[in-house]
Amino acid sequence: MTRETILNAALGLGLLAFPLWAYFADEPFMITLATRVAILALAGVGLNIALGLGGLVSLGHAAFFGIGGYAMGILASHAQSYSPLMETPFLIEGTKSMPVIWLTAIVASGLAALVIGALSLRTSGVYFIMITLAFGQMLFYFAISWPAYGGEDGLSIYVRNSFPGLNTLDPIQFFLIAYVLLMAALRFSARLAGSPFGLALNAARQTAERVETVGIVPYRLRLTAFVLSGMITGLAGALFADLNRFVSPTMFSWQTSGEIMIFIILGGTARLFGPVAGAALFITLEHVLGGLSEFWHIYLGLLLLVVVLYARGGIIGTLAGQEVKHD
Amino acid sequence: MTDPVLYVRNITKSFGALKASDDVSLDLRPGEIHALIGPNGAGKSTLIQQISGGLQPDSGTVHFLGQDVTALGTAQRARMGLGRTFQISALAMEDTVLQNAMLGALGASGRPFRFFRPVLQEKALRQVAETALDRVGLLDHAAIRTSDLSHGQRRQLEVAVALTLSPRAFIMDEPMAGLGASGSRRLTAFLDELRHEAPILLVEHDMDAVFALADRISVLVYGKVIATGSVDEIRNHAEVRRAYLGEDA
Amino acid sequence: MSLLLLIEQILNGLQFGVMLFLTAAGLTLVFGVMGLINLAHGSLFMIGAFAAAATAAATGSFLLALAASLAAAAAAGALVEVLVIRRLYSRDHLDQVLATFALILVFSEGTRWVFGSFPLYLNIPPALSGPVTLPGGIEYPVYRLTIIAVGLMIALGLFLLISRTRLGVQIRAGESDREMIAALGIDINRLYTVVFALGAALAGLAGALVGAIQSVQVGMGEPVLILAFVVIVIGGIGSIKGALIGSILVGLTDTLGGVLLPETFKLFMDPASATAVGSALASMLIYILMAVVLVVKPMGLYGARA
Repeated sequence: MTRETILNAALGLGLLAFPLWAYFADEPFMITLATRVAILALAGVGLNIALGLGGLVSLGHAAFFGIGGYAMGILASHAQSYSPLMETPFLIEGTKSMPVIWLTAIVASGLAALVIGALSLRTSGVYFIMITLAFGQMLFYFAISWPAYGGEDGLSIYVRNSFPGLNTLDPIQFFLIAYVLLMAALRFSARLAGSPFGLALNAARQTAERVETVGIVPYRLRLTAFVLSGMITGLAGALFADLNRFVSPTMFSWQTSGEIMIFIILGGTARLFGPVAGAALFITLEHVLGGLSEFWHIYLGLLLLVVVLYARGGIIGTLAGQEVKHD
Repeated sequence: MTDPVLYVRNITKSFGALKASDDVSLDLRPGEIHALIGPNGAGKSTLIQQISGGLQPDSGTVHFLGQDVTALGTAQRARMGLGRTFQISALAMEDTVLQNAMLGALGASGRPFRFFRPVLQEKALRQVAETALDRVGLLDHAAIRTSDLSHGQRRQLEVAVALTLSPRAFIMDEPMAGLGASGSRRLTAFLDELRHEAPILLVEHDMDAVFALADRISVLVYGKVIATGSVDEIRNHAEVRRAYLGEDA
Repeated sequence: MSLLLLIEQILNGLQFGVMLFLTAAGLTLVFGVMGLINLAHGSLFMIGAFAAAATAAATGSFLLALAASLAAAAAAGALVEVLVIRRLYSRDHLDQVLATFALILVFSEGTRWVFGSFPLYLNIPPALSGPVTLPGGIEYPVYRLTIIAVGLMIALGLFLLISRTRLGVQIRAGESDREMIAALGIDINRLYTVVFALGAALAGLAGALVGAIQSVQVGMGEPVLILAFVVIVIGGIGSIKGALIGSILVGLTDTLGGVLLPETFKLFMDPASATAVGSALASMLIYILMAVVLVVKPMGLYGARA
């Protein structure tokens, strides 16, 4: 076992053990914190497929996070007001069922990623960064100015959505849902990295010209990665909205995109468990520093600067040393 | 005489006022090594790019396996069997030697969009990759990270990746560049054999290798082919001696 | 809608565009010369606005406030260039994005710390307040007209600076060939600091000018930054001319779209939903414009560099 594998196992188990401890210590708030870590890490796992594996610096993943959130908000708000989404040409009703909401979130954010990716991937480098950021902002303004679903104020959902056989109102049960989805996404992500597709995508990040000369079109690889990436981040958005029982345009904001990226960098770019480590550190900082100072973002900013300038491997890179899977 | 595997007809390509390719025609016949030589800045790289698909000519056509491929992209030409090596190694440096060769095999298989099964467990792909590595003498280094290879080994890996495609024609851009004397000799011997599998369009500065290997030589100067002929014809060509060999040989 | 209203909206669009240009010019220069993507450019815009508001409150002079915005933003720009940005030129874009995102966090929270969360207000000087009657009987605020004039003058100044001066020669050399610049014996570190501070000063001035129309608050820079990105994507990275044309296009599209789309929808919808649909669509219009440019010219209207 490599050090990274051990570290990953420790992170995975730690994220499970902490809320279980909180459950027995009767600290429901701590369970909620752990749930946030799991959900934000899931968003990061999504972005990491584009960013880490594909080298696509998307600064617009809030778009998919927000679409996932609004998929939940829209479906659930129609269900709670007993009004259908649409009646013609066929009837679509709202729903409070998590699996249906998740599926909708995944499909909707996947479609959005297909459109945004198809346009943005015509360019590369700085253009790509600016364009993804701009499309994210477009959805942000759209959400603000579209009054049907709350506009600037967002949408509140009174009761958390349901999952067959579970009581989702119980914090620990909801945590377990998020945790299982996170683990599934990590497993998917690991499989993807080792798959034929992952090999080609990873090579396209390093030398696109080579990939073309063996007969594979890098654009298609990247677009596929971008869509998969958007889908997972979209799923995270639906869960995040369910955790808060609230969606608002903030989910679409550029800060959200930046934060999802921060999870990855703090944890370690292209590391499988990087987003888990990063999201855990982020939430811990928010909780600890946020309690000390209203202006804790200054410290977060300074920490991020130090990591970018001096500790580029992030937490996992620092603790586990050089990436081992390629050696 | 058999039909050429690859030929270009009257290719012209300008960058602003500079004519990088000026009405270039040349062909590559089965079983031959056709060397393309010329001073720096003669337009060799631009020509190679147009043949492999990275650049579109302003006018003229590229034909491969009897088909007009001028409008096709690099990847499409590669899938038809055009194998290419780069002057400056274009390899996935973070990946292992085996992974680089597997990439070639994966491209050749035409099925990169598979998301679950570990690629290293794909026996068929692995065999193609390992055979190619074995042929260039890199099989022992399969598990090494590519960035840890020596310069000469990276040149070998370039060739191995091209081999995994089982190409119908090779385009090699200065494969000898930076190789020591023994490395050049080994690669020369290897290419000498390889021509029987598929013809090679060889861009090369190493004149010893060119004269040892080439069936025919074309000389490119200022974007124009000033001569095409056998080794002896080129050696004795007055214009070539003046324009090119005079300085160099 | 009347013609007068339309002309007024066109002027508003111009004013918005000119303000975007001041922000985008610095961004595109910094990218063209140093190859750096700077997310913290919006923070410099904000710093300019706060410096102006604070100076105006202390001295009562609008001109001093503008001078302060230039000085404060240039100083902040030079400082971060020397302390942080300089280390990023050789890094990949991801590192640049993250480090400058970190700078946003520091700048925004730092400003909140010093000035608090409540917005500040910068008053339009009496000489420039009130409307002026333009030919054709259009009443238009003098101040906004002044912004347009100042912006166009600065655009002209920038073109002259780049085409006629020694610094301009160095900037153009830096865009095409970094090694040449070193070979010419130019102190490249100083050049980079100067270019960065120049871009910062322009953003700061834009912040101050806008600050008198809107409120001055933390977070005011980033929406402008993102619009400046749209401008640059449309105009082409590194091109001042592209930035100017892109800015005007974006300014006009956004302003006119916001007015015309709801009006257009009213032709075949009831007014309430026309306003809703129209303004929602209008908010997306410049991004749609960007997408169209991308499809037609992926490198932007005047872009040469990848």
